[in-house]
Parts: sequence; C-alpha cells; structure tokens
Amino acid sequence: MARENRPSNGPAELAPALGPVATLRWLWTQLTSMKTALWLLFALAVAAMPGSFLPQRPVNPVKVSDYIKANPGVGPWLDRLGFFDVFAAPWFGAIYVLLFVSLVGCIVPRIWVYLRELRNPPPAVPASLAKLTGYRTGVVTQSPAEVLDAAAASLKAKGFRVRREADAVSGDKGFLRELGNLVFHLALVIVLCGLGWNALASFRGTSIIVEGGSFSNTLTQYDEFTSGAAFRPSSLTPFSFRLDSFDVKFTPKGAPSVFDAKVTTDGATKNLEVNSPLTFGNTEVHLLGNGYAPVVKVLDGNGNVAFSGPAVFLPQDGMFTSAGTIKAQDGRPERLAFDGLFLPTVVPGSLAFVSSFPDALNPQLLVGIWHGPPKVETGTPENIYTLDTTGLTKVTDADGKTVRARLNVGDTFAIPGGGSISFTGWQRWAKVQVSTNPGLWIVGIGFVLALAGIACSLLVRPRRAFVRVGAVEGGTSVQLGGIDRVDGRPAVDAELATLASAVGISSETLATTEGDPA
Amino acid sequence: MSVDYISNLAMVTSAALYLLALIAYAAKWASGRALLTEGMKPSRAQVDADEKARFGLDLWGRIGIALACLGLATHLVGVIGRGIAANRAPWGNMYEFITSALVAVVALFVYLAIAKGADWLGLPVMLLAALGQGLAVTVFYVAVGPLVPALHSVFFVVHILAAITAAGAFNIGAIAAILYLLKARAEKRGPVKGYLAKLPSAEVLDRFSYRATLFGFPIWTFTIAAGAVWAQYAWGRFWGWDPKETWSFITWVVYAGYLHARLTAGWKGRRAAIVAIIGVATFWFNFVGINLLVSGLHSYGKG
Repeated sequence: MARENRPSNGPAELAPALGPVATLRWLWTQLTSMKTALWLLFALAVAAMPGSFLPQRPVNPVKVSDYIKANPGVGPWLDRLGFFDVFAAPWFGAIYVLLFVSLVGCIVPRIWVYLRELRNPPPAVPASLAKLTGYRTGVVTQSPAEVLDAAAASLKAKGFRVRREADAVSGDKGFLRELGNLVFHLALVIVLCGLGWNALASFRGTSIIVEGGSFSNTLTQYDEFTSGAAFRPSSLTPFSFRLDSFDVKFTPKGAPSVFDAKVTTDGATKNLEVNSPLTFGNTEVHLLGNGYAPVVKVLDGNGNVAFSGPAVFLPQDGMFTSAGTIKAQDGRPERLAFDGLFLPTVVPGSLAFVSSFPDALNPQLLVGIWHGPPKVETGTPENIYTLDTTGLTKVTDADGKTVRARLNVGDTFAIPGGGSISFTGWQRWAKVQVSTNPGLWIVGIGFVLALAGIACSLLVRPRRAFVRVGAVEGGTSVQLGGIDRVDGRPAVDAELATLASAVGISSETLATTEGDPA
Repeated sequence: MSVDYISNLAMVTSAALYLLALIAYAAKWASGRALLTEGMKPSRAQVDADEKARFGLDLWGRIGIALACLGLATHLVGVIGRGIAANRAPWGNMYEFITSALVAVVALFVYLAIAKGADWLGLPVMLLAALGQGLAVTVFYVAVGPLVPALHSVFFVVHILAAITAAGAFNIGAIAAILYLLKARAEKRGPVKGYLAKLPSAEVLDRFSYRATLFGFPIWTFTIAAGAVWAQYAWGRFWGWDPKETWSFITWVVYAGYLHARLTAGWKGRRAAIVAIIGVATFWFNFVGINLLVSGLHSYGKG
C-alpha cells in the first residue's frame, strides 16, 4: 500500500521470461503494488459478507446444524468450504495474510525513504520561485543578509527546518504526516498480532449458576469451554464466588430493564451487571444471560425424597417459555423422570403452552412423567437439559392415557403408580462467561497508535517555503515562494503572509500571484 | 401536550419541510435549464430566458435553504424532545438512530451551504432527508421506552455519537461523489448545459467528496474502536464477528479501499467515486438491513 503507484517497468500483464529470482522479484512487485492491495481490500470486504448471513459455528453451532439439515443440497458443500466459520476459513485467512504481506512490503521501504528525507537538509531553493503555488515579491530597505536572517528566524519560529544559502533560505516542515501514515499502517500489523496472540492464549467458558449457588474457577465447573492452542489449564486464576441474589426487571411491554446480580467473593459483596463485569486478576466474569429454575420436590414410590431443588430450564422464546428436565435417578422401586415447560406467566384459567410475559407473574410448571427400572450408574456424563428415554416409559392413568401435570406454585401432583411431584417455587439463574483476553493490551496499543497515526496523517500538512534576495538600487528585492505538498491544498498564503511581514514587505508592495489549484 | 407528543409532531413536521425544500430545490434545478452555455451566441429571447432562469435559480435556492433550516430546527426539536421524553440520549433504537443520523447530515449540509457556498448539495441532501425522515416516522417509529440494560454505559453516548458523525460525513461524501459522476460524464460529452453547469467542476466535486470522506474515516475508525472497548465491558470479548461488527468492518475496509483508490493510477476519479458510493451503501445496509434481516447481539434496533 505504497502512497504512490510504483512505476511499472513495461507492461505489467506480461510475466517476463526471466530466471526464478527475477520472477520472484516480479511477483513481489506485483504483490506490493497498490493495485493488488486495492483488490485484496475489496476481496476482504466481500469475503466477510457470508459471515453475517450464514449461521456461524463459533457463535451458534445449533443453528449451523439446523441450516445444514434444512438445506441438504448446498449445506454440506458450504460446510466443506468453511462458510460456517468464515473468519477461520483458509480462504479468508489467505486474503488478510496477503494483504498484510503487501502492506509490510510497501511500508518498510517507505520507512527508509522517510528516514533519509529526515536526515537530508531542506531542499535547495528552486531556480524559479514564480512557478510555485504561492509566490510574492517586494522590495525592502534592509540589507540582503538582514532579510535572510529575519526570514530564517521567522521560519524557525514556525517550526520549519531551515537551510541557508548565499542569497536564499529554504525551509520545510510537516514530517509528522508521513510518520503518521507509517505509524497507522504499522499499528494495523500490531492489531493483527494482538488478535493472533489473543486467539492463541485466551480461553472462554460459560457456566449457569442458580441463585444461592457458587462457582469456582476450575475446568469441571464450565458448561461450555473453548481455548486457544497456547492456553494451559494450570493458568486458570483461582477464585470463587456465590450468587446471592439475581434481580431482573422488565418494562410493562416485556423488554428487560434491570439485570442486577449480587455476588459474594472473599467475604465481600459485589454487583455483577451487564456493563460491569467482575475482575479476578486477568480474568473477567460477565453476565451473559438469565432464566428460570423451577424448584421441585419429587417423592418416589417408597415415599422417599428422590429429587429436591432447582432444575435449570432453558428459555425458548422472548417470553421465557423455558424447557428442561428433572431426573430422579435414585427413585425406588422405580426411577422417575420429567420433561417439561416452565411458563413464567400464564393468564389465569388459560391452558397455554407458552408464556405470555417474561417476568414470573403467574408461573406454571407443565411436566410429562416417565418411569422405568433403576439404571446402572455408568459414569457417562449426561446432558441435563434433554431426557434420554431409553428404559423409560410414559406414565399413564387407569384409562391408558398419557399423564401430564400442570402445576401452580404450591401444587403437588400424585403420580399414578406411586410417588409425587411438588412445584414449590422458582429461582432465577444467571449465565456467566469467564474469559481472559491476554492479547487485549496489544490490540489496545495498536488501536491508539492507529488513531494517533491517522490523525497526524490527515491533519499535518507538509509545506516548503523559500526566500531569495537580490540587491537592487536603494534596498533588497525579495522573492517569496511556497508549496503545500498535500494534494489539492494551495493554502500557503497564510504562511507567506507571516513570512512577508517578518522580512518587512508591507501589504502595499505585495505582488501576489494566484497559483492554480494543485 | 407531552414532550413525547411534541417530539413526534416535530419529526413529522420536519419530514414535510424537507419535502417542501426538496420541491424548491427541484424547481431550482428545473429553472437552470434555460441558462446560457459558454461560447453560445444567444438570441434576444435566449438572453431573456437566461435572465429569468438566473432569477429563478436565486429565488428557489433561497426558498430551499430557508425551508431546510426550518426543517433542521424542527428536526432538532424532535430529537431533543425525544431525549427529554425518554430521559436519556435518544439513540436506543432504529427510529432514534435514523432521525439522529439525519440531523447530522442536514446540519453538515446547512453549514456547508451557508459557510462554504455548497448549496448545490441541496437537492440530493433534501431527497435523502425527506425520504429518511418519512420512513423513520412511518415505518420505523416506536414509542418512547427505556434502554435495554446492555445499553447502560457511557460508551452508548461515545460510540453512537461517533457513528452518527461519521454517518453525516459519509453521506455528504457519497452525495458529492454521485454529483461528481454526473458532472464528469457531462463534461466529457462537451459543454455542460443547464443545472449541471451550475455545479462546481468535476474536480472540485471530487475533492469535496474526498474531504468529507476523509473527515469521516478516522471517526469511523474511532467508532469501531470505542465499540470494541464497550463490547469488552459488556460481553467479555472485544470482537466477535457479530453481524453488525462484521458490516462495520466491511464499511471500514471499503473506505480504506477508497482512500487507496484515489492514489492509484486507473482508479482516480470515476472508480474511486463508485467505491465511495458503495461505502455509504454498506453503511446504510448495516444500520437498516442488518437490524431487519439478521439477529445478533446488536438486535435491540427493532425497539
């Protein structure tokens, strides 16, 4: 991404019939040309688009498998080509790697050019000042040396670098522009490095905690956990906290208005809210979601408590119609299991299967009941949200009809064949995300440098100013010239006006020429 | 009369005023047809027509800018009233975002028209404002409500104010780019006639478009950076390729392409202008299309 298009040596379309080194050099020139960088930028923009329209596996793997099921024709092909994880796809990676190689290939040579320009003195005064964008002449009474001294002092005061010749002074300034441009591009490389390191060394896990429950930072406590290749489980910061209470409020229209979780950690009570995470060393805890856990008590056929406590149900819609299971594995003589819906608000008297408001105004628990012989413990982890019905049969009533129970808070349902289920209340749960972002500071530095760089490269205007004197009868003739090196900004007049007054040219003796806009 | 009601009334009024301003600018555009072209040997009737056209241009131009200023004033009442009614910055949903972004566009236009003589922007800007405000009050309107908790943050103000400012600059830049394309095509065909002749030269339009976009680009960069910082606070990740993040990145890349295109042989001028127009299209798609089509973490837009 050089500032100017490189001069092409002959027609660029034809690969020269040269040796391998020359061919490589030709390829390099092509890659680092601005035109290539331009096409790579557009390719990057187009390549990012499918990532916003197709479901993405890192965000929602369930949606991806649903999509593939719904589109058996194109789905598997899109999957093979990486369209369900666009931003990790090889073709997406290839575009940005090429883009950054092209960027570095352009920027590095420009750094040497820039340093050379900094070391060199200001340019010599051109033969004809009249051709410059800004030009003024005048005659003053001071001696040529006095005029040049005054001009040099004035330029220095305005931040110009100054070069003195026998009959002239030249000055230049505005080197921050190119510096800013270089810093901006290099800062993008820093941002990319930060993102890379972050992807390698970070982890992210989520856990659902019911009110009154606790979390401690070990791998077993996570429901979902992803980490980069350089992450070590031993590096998990040790901490734990208890979710004391979780306050959720909704507006009358059902939009959430307050999420406020109170947690206790190390004896101190803290607030965990959507925009204020908890921090433990380098680890942050964010509040990501919420839901309901109906509190139930299950008695088995022998009259013993087979399950008691909250069961986490997962919200299915915006009104928090929540689905989940209750498993009373230890029930004897038979184990019991329930799959059901928790409806936080049911209009009294209605037999709805969906909630009509997200807050728990009139909650009901609907369950289907299963029974079966006790299961041999295998130790295989089981999904707590879905019911594996192997070895289970639905409980039926005397007429052979499937039994479903609809319970209000406080209700107990006697299960035909023995046992009962009581719906004693409900609690809220909070879904927290625990994560580290070890590359964040690198990205942050990159962003700050990029913004500073682009501000310099847009605001600073490189300028050159020249003064030439000649002895005439009764004084000194003075020529002032100036150029603004930014495309289309001929506003050097202010600069020249300062210079003119410094050397004593009064406005009456001025001859100003309007430069044509560059 | 509640503040809420006044705000709604002001919004509808501003849409109507922008429509009237649009008509005035269209009349100005039409009266430019009889203008004499340079190098023409005019007949007496043509000279009269030219004089009449100049009078019409001046008159309709004045009416246009007056209506635009009036529209902006009522529009501001609408946006500020909305903020007072909701007791927060009025940028919580699509209706509020569109109306605020259009304030930035029209305010920038009024400034440029009065201070920089860029009243030639009038017709397209008023077209955008009338259409945008009209859609906002009819299709996108939602009643005043509190913010969802995810928006309770100082970054809400910083991030969205930057986005709105960038919106103003990018829209003005794209409008100038469209006018540049029209003018450049006309200039190629020979002496420019009619209203197009009253536009600045293609070169000036191109530079104008460039400066507006150049002003918007760092602000857009900042919008994305501030959004990333906020995302880190709210969601524990500064970048997650959410659809809105993806499209803000696409907009950024397209405008980066624009800045480079202007320095590339064969891309200066026409092609660069087209890139600027594509840039603003991706911007609007992000703020309207993504909210309506795709669900993501930024989906509070629907109100």
